[in-house]
Amino acid sequence: MVFKRVLESGAKSFARGGAVSAATVLIMTVTLSIIAALIFLSALLSYTLGTITDKVDVSVYFVTTATEDQILAIKGQIEKLPQVAGVTYTSADDALASFRDRHAADQLTLQALTELGGNPLDASLAIRAKDPAQYESIVNFLEASPALSADGSSIVDRINYAQNKDVIDRLSVAIQATREIGLAVVIVFALASILIAFATVRLAIYTAKDEIGVMRLVGASNAYIQGPFLVTGMITGVVAAAIVLCLLWPVTWYVGEKTASWFSGFNIASYYLGHFPLIFVALMSAGALLGAIASIFAIRRYLTV
Amino acid sequence: MIYFDKVTKRYGDAAALEGVTLSVAPKEFVSIVGHSGAGKTTLLKLLLVEERPTEGNVFFESVDVNDLPSSALHHYRRKIGTVFQDFRLIPNKTAYENIAFAMEAAGRTDDEIKSDVPYILELVNLADKAKHFPDQLSGGEKQRIAIGRAIINQPELVVADEPTGNLDPINTFEVVEILKKINELGTTVVITTHNKGVVDAVGKRVVTIDRGRVVRDDAGGKYIL
Repeated sequence: MVFKRVLESGAKSFARGGAVSAATVLIMTVTLSIIAALIFLSALLSYTLGTITDKVDVSVYFVTTATEDQILAIKGQIEKLPQVAGVTYTSADDALASFRDRHAADQLTLQALTELGGNPLDASLAIRAKDPAQYESIVNFLEASPALSADGSSIVDRINYAQNKDVIDRLSVAIQATREIGLAVVIVFALASILIAFATVRLAIYTAKDEIGVMRLVGASNAYIQGPFLVTGMITGVVAAAIVLCLLWPVTWYVGEKTASWFSGFNIASYYLGHFPLIFVALMSAGALLGAIASIFAIRRYLTV
Repeated sequence: MIYFDKVTKRYGDAAALEGVTLSVAPKEFVSIVGHSGAGKTTLLKLLLVEERPTEGNVFFESVDVNDLPSSALHHYRRKIGTVFQDFRLIPNKTAYENIAFAMEAAGRTDDEIKSDVPYILELVNLADKAKHFPDQLSGGEKQRIAIGRAIINQPELVVADEPTGNLDPINTFEVVEILKKINELGTTVVITTHNKGVVDAVGKRVVTIDRGRVVRDDAGGKYIL
């Protein structure tokens, strides 16, 4: 009975709130829009960093006498390492075909290759780590357990890590710094928007402070006074979240193609569509929680004797 | 029923009440009169535990109200119906809902609310304004709704702070008549006023306060300042 009354009272207060309800919803909409933008920004950052990370790999070249079975055995061992995201095998024949394709317009190089006779290119394994900082440990593993041929010599010709190390290290630092700065930006903007929402809800409740005083004097318990304000706050948040979710459709559709061309394939509209349930739950929860928590904090000061 | 025992209330160095001792018996109608700033409202605030005394004790039915923990205050306040000069209706609730709110707060059932609120609206002669919001009512109508809210839970005491302060003479007369009727039905009534006409119309006990002290206590309804 009490729960039903609190719900009804909160809903009526919201509906009858007029300009105060509208202003609170508007500010909450701005707050949740910022939170939605931060979700997209985080996704964009992860996508971009992921794309860059995917372009980095370490290649292991094998001597021409190494058999495919030996190389595939090593590939199997490397794939079992927890740091490894993927290993791609390129045979000597594939490497040669690829080389010819790349230099199809360069007759001089192709002629030199023909004059060499046979296939001078090595078979290789391209290794991608889950994190660029983990390449060193993968290379250490390869160097510590060299694969040997039948005559006892190593079948690994060379590993291109040494010449790529500087670039990989710098990239690792840059990626880490970007992630940390991105996180800081997200936290700062999220906090700022939450504070704005808090201030607005507080202002809305301030306009009802006399009403709260009357409720106390007619003998309403603190919980019974707080309840409807809590419900109103939650409704405000949920309505604002619904508005943001609706607005995001045309906005992401409009900028989707642009983001795809600017950020190497990241289409914000496709991301929104693909992650709609997640974003729906995130914004609805954030709206309801913000409204509820802001209401509780705002009303507390008016409930003392 | 009510006993103020040497009550002093100070705001900083200024004393709003100074050593006030006063008792009110059940079913009495007491008018507290005095100039603005004499301490009338402070007296009622202490009774409603909106304020705590600096010195002395306030008793209601032999219980020192200052000993009540905050968590018990709402139970205590349900025993007292309050009426204010500025009506203090909840602006986004209709006349019906304003009266019903006091019952809801007291934990009364929906059936009780559905049966009692229309009866009270009839009693204060505002049955046709049940769905009106406070800003759609006149001052007199607002005050009658406030009185309806004050008596809906059949309190033992009704406290009215300048209940006619914002009303014209006709509405003042109506409100006084309603308060007298409430008292005749057995409820203790304490009002503060500086309206001589109200005191004369009530014709009951008058307590005069001046600069925070009780200076007169007459049983016969005299308004002397």
